[in-house]
Parts: sequence; C-alpha cells; structure tokens
Amino acid sequence: MQQALKKYFAFFVLPTLTAFCISFVIPFVSGAALSFTEFTTVTNARFVGLSNYAKAFSESAEFLNSLWFTIKFTVVSVIAVNAIAFLLALLLTRGIKGTNLFRTVFFMPNLIGGIVLGYIWQLIINGVLYPRGVTLLADAKYGFWGMVVLMNWQMAGYMMIIYIAGIQNISGELTEAASIDGATPFQTLWKITVPMVMPSITICTFLTLTNSFKMFDQNLALTGGAPSEQTTMLALNIYKTFYGRTGYEGVGQAKAVIFFLLLAAVALSQLWLTRSREVES
Amino acid sequence: MEKQKNGVNFLILLFLSALSVLFLAPIFIILMNSLKGRFYISDAPFRLPDRETFVGLENYLSGVAKTGFPSAFGYSLFITVFSVAAIVLFTAMTAWYITRVKSPVTSFLYYCFVFSMIVPFQMVMFTMSKLANLLRLDNAVGIIAIYLGFGAGLSVFMFSGFVKSIPLEVEEAATIDGCGPVQTFFWVVFPILKPTAVTVAILNAMWIWNDYLLPLLVIGSKYRTIPVAVQYLIGGYGSKDMGAMMAMLMLSIIPIIVFYLSCQKYIIKGVISGAVKG
Repeated sequence: MQQALKKYFAFFVLPTLTAFCISFVIPFVSGAALSFTEFTTVTNARFVGLSNYAKAFSESAEFLNSLWFTIKFTVVSVIAVNAIAFLLALLLTRGIKGTNLFRTVFFMPNLIGGIVLGYIWQLIINGVLYPRGVTLLADAKYGFWGMVVLMNWQMAGYMMIIYIAGIQNISGELTEAASIDGATPFQTLWKITVPMVMPSITICTFLTLTNSFKMFDQNLALTGGAPSEQTTMLALNIYKTFYGRTGYEGVGQAKAVIFFLLLAAVALSQLWLTRSREVES
Repeated sequence: MEKQKNGVNFLILLFLSALSVLFLAPIFIILMNSLKGRFYISDAPFRLPDRETFVGLENYLSGVAKTGFPSAFGYSLFITVFSVAAIVLFTAMTAWYITRVKSPVTSFLYYCFVFSMIVPFQMVMFTMSKLANLLRLDNAVGIIAIYLGFGAGLSVFMFSGFVKSIPLEVEEAATIDGCGPVQTFFWVVFPILKPTAVTVAILNAMWIWNDYLLPLLVIGSKYRTIPVAVQYLIGGYGSKDMGAMMAMLMLSIIPIIVFYLSCQKYIIKGVISGAVKG
C-alpha cells in the first residue's frame, strides 16, 4: 500500500502544499529576510542589518507601550475568561433544568466576528459613559476595560464548552469515593475536579492566551488605538507601521518578527507549564 | 439535605437566568437601535424606540444602499463555502498521505504544518498580500487558494490525528479488492474521516466567515466581504450614520444566529473535538 501510494504525491499533497507555500512558507521566509532590509515594494529591498529592530524600539515609545498594554490585557483577560468559563461549566454540570438553553446562550457571541463585536460594545460603552459626559476614547482605561469585557463576552462561552466536556469526563467513582471519605464540596473541587480537568485548563489557557495576544479586529473596531495610540495592541501597532507610513515596511516586518518570537515563547512555555501539572487518570 | 440542594439549585438557576439576559442584551440593544432614527441612537442607546424615534426599516434600506450588503453577503458566502470545501478535501488527502507514507519528507511537512499554527498573521501579511497580487490571486476565486494555505495547519494536524486511529487492515482489504490509492481514499478512508471533516469544516467556517484583515489586504479594493463592508461603512472619517451602522451590525449577526441555531449540535461537537486534538 505504502509503495503504491508513494507515487501519488502530486495528487494527494501538491494542491495543499502549493497553497501552503503561497500563503505561508514563501511569505514567512521572505518576511523574515525583509526584516533586515529597507523596502517599500519587496523588490527594492536594501540590506540594513539590524537597524529595523533598533528603530522598532527607538523611533517612538509606541511599540513598547503597545507591548506593555498587550501584556496587561492578556494577563487580565486570560484570568477573567477562564475563571468565568470554569464557574459556568461547574454550574452547568449539576443537571439543572435548562442547561442546554444556557449553554446555547453563553456560546453564541463567540460566532460573531471581531469587527462587529467591537462596534456593538462601542455603542454600549459609550451609552454607559454618556451620562458622565465622556466617551470611550476619553481615557485609555475605558478602552482597556472595554476590551476585557468584550473578550469575556466573546470567549467565555467557548471555554465553558471545553470545561464542560472536561468535567463530564471525570468518572463518577472518583467524586463518589471523595464524598464517602467525607470530603467537603470545596475539597472535591480542589483535589479532584481541578486536577482532573487540567488538560482542559491547558488548552483553554492556550487559546485565550494566544487569542488575547494576537487580538486585532476587536481592537481596531472598538478604539482604533485612541486616545493617542494608548490602547493600541501589538498587532494593530504592526499594522499601522506597515500601512501608515511609507518607508517603514522594514520596521513593521522587524516588529512582526519580534511579535512572532514573543508569541511562540509565551505560548510554548505556557503549554510546558500547564502540561507538567496534568495527571494520569 | 434534599431541600437544601433544591434551594441551591434554584439560586443557581436564578443567577444563570440573569446572566443569560446580560449575554443577550448587547444583541437586543443593537436590534432596538436599528429601528430608531439615526439621531436618537448615540444619546440614549438603552431607550426603547417610541412613536417619535421609531423609523421602521429605514436604516436597513439606507445601510444596504451604502454598503452593497447583498453583494458583500454573496462574496462572504461564496468564499467561505468554497474555501471550506477545498480545505476539507485537500487537507484530508494530504493528511492521509503524510501519515501513511513514512519518510523524512512527510514528517518534515507535518512539522511545517504544525509550526504554521503558531505564527501570527502579521508576520506574513505584507509579503503574502504582495505575492497574492503578483500571482493574480487577488479575486474572489484566487483567495480560496490563500485560505487553503492558511487553513492547512490546523486541518492537516486534526486529520492526521484521526488517520492514525484508523486500522491499516481496512485499507489493506480495499487494496486486496483491487482498489488503487485514489479509490481507497475516496471510497474507504474519506467516509471514515467524516466526523473529523465536520469538525474541520466548522472550525474553518467560523474564522473565514468573520475574517477581516486577510480579505481586506488581498481583495479589499474590489470585493468586500461582510466584515470589510461593515468596517468601510463605520470606520471611515466624517459623519457617521448611526442608523445605517446599527442596521448593518444586525444584518451581519442574523445569518450567524440562523446558522448557529440550525447547526448547534455540530458546532459544539466541533469545538470540543477541536480542543481535544489541539
């Protein structure tokens, strides 16, 4: 079988591989190379060494600010989304009436796209702030908490679904044994449920972490970075560097490389950290 | 004990109901404001439309005229359906090949696909959009190839995980019965992959339908998908027509809700099995 199949590489692999090269491999390799050059149209690239990387930080404080803003946002939203999602999952695995209906409602916002989500919350937050005489763009803190609320509305239902699946996988014998041993509900939660759903925690943390770190659409629609770029996250900052100023494409590409390396480092160390806490059932 | 439990459950029910209302409120607020005159929205977004502010479907008509919503809907639907079909078919084929044919090349390819999942779009967006332009892929059909490339990472990964669990005997039996690799794949392997195919289709459809930056950069000037059209209407400078904006937000949400309520079972399953594999 393997011998016969081997000859069919062109048929089975080539369509995907061609598309993969066009949208990923070639752009990735040339993008990495271009980060060391100055260019406006790719073809007129001139090697400039590490100067784009230096410029990314030295040119203005915006890149570092957006990095700091992104980190703060990611930490807050990862904790909030997972706490809410886990709580909802606990409440929805008790066999209460209407569980399916609640699950349907909580998950729904996840399917709405980031741009639309951003404008929905722009209206609502501006409506809440209106009596105070300010708008969402008056202070960076409104934009920050606005995005946190938005992120929770969007992601909590998705993570809840994963946590519910994890909790339902715990065998009844374990919890039964715990209650026979006289464990309080809190002890059962802490000593049984949490360790047993560690794989779900790993994947949910991973998903919320990478999604928060890479957030773009919601950021663009909700605040667009206002006031004065104080709520610009990394992805939006990179986009603005590419398309906002001619001659800065190389700097944008250098920032993108830094962004990629940071994301990879954070995501992999998170996976390693939570994976090491998973237990065999 | 039993009575106490009932009491607790009642409180939980109350809490969840309140939370559900909060979760649904944003969509209701948009719906409500889409029926109000454009000057009555920003000041009092939480007020129900009344005799003075109610304008019926006026906002919908002006919004549709301004954005060309029907054509945006058509492009979004066309691109999503055909990209998802291409991804499911081609990545399943690729995953089967690279799982069954063991060689340094196939395992290298596998790791390339997995690696691509962690690379953020900003890393490749500029060079990718230039390349797409150069190769004349900057139209509603060409972008399908781009989506196939971007969807390949997750999809090949998921299909490969499932292919590993198919016993080789099944495929060997097909070979003994005289099937070539192509027939074996389409008659025997692909039908077994169906549950994973549904998951892959759902996960890809969810992001392609809502994708903003990729279609903007590749085909944005000529073909506007729904997210791009919404951003053009609202994100531009100058005075904003809040009424048209609310109507367009509502029109973007309705197809999603219809799709969700009709395929809910598959979507939830897709999310769960996607997470287990990931």
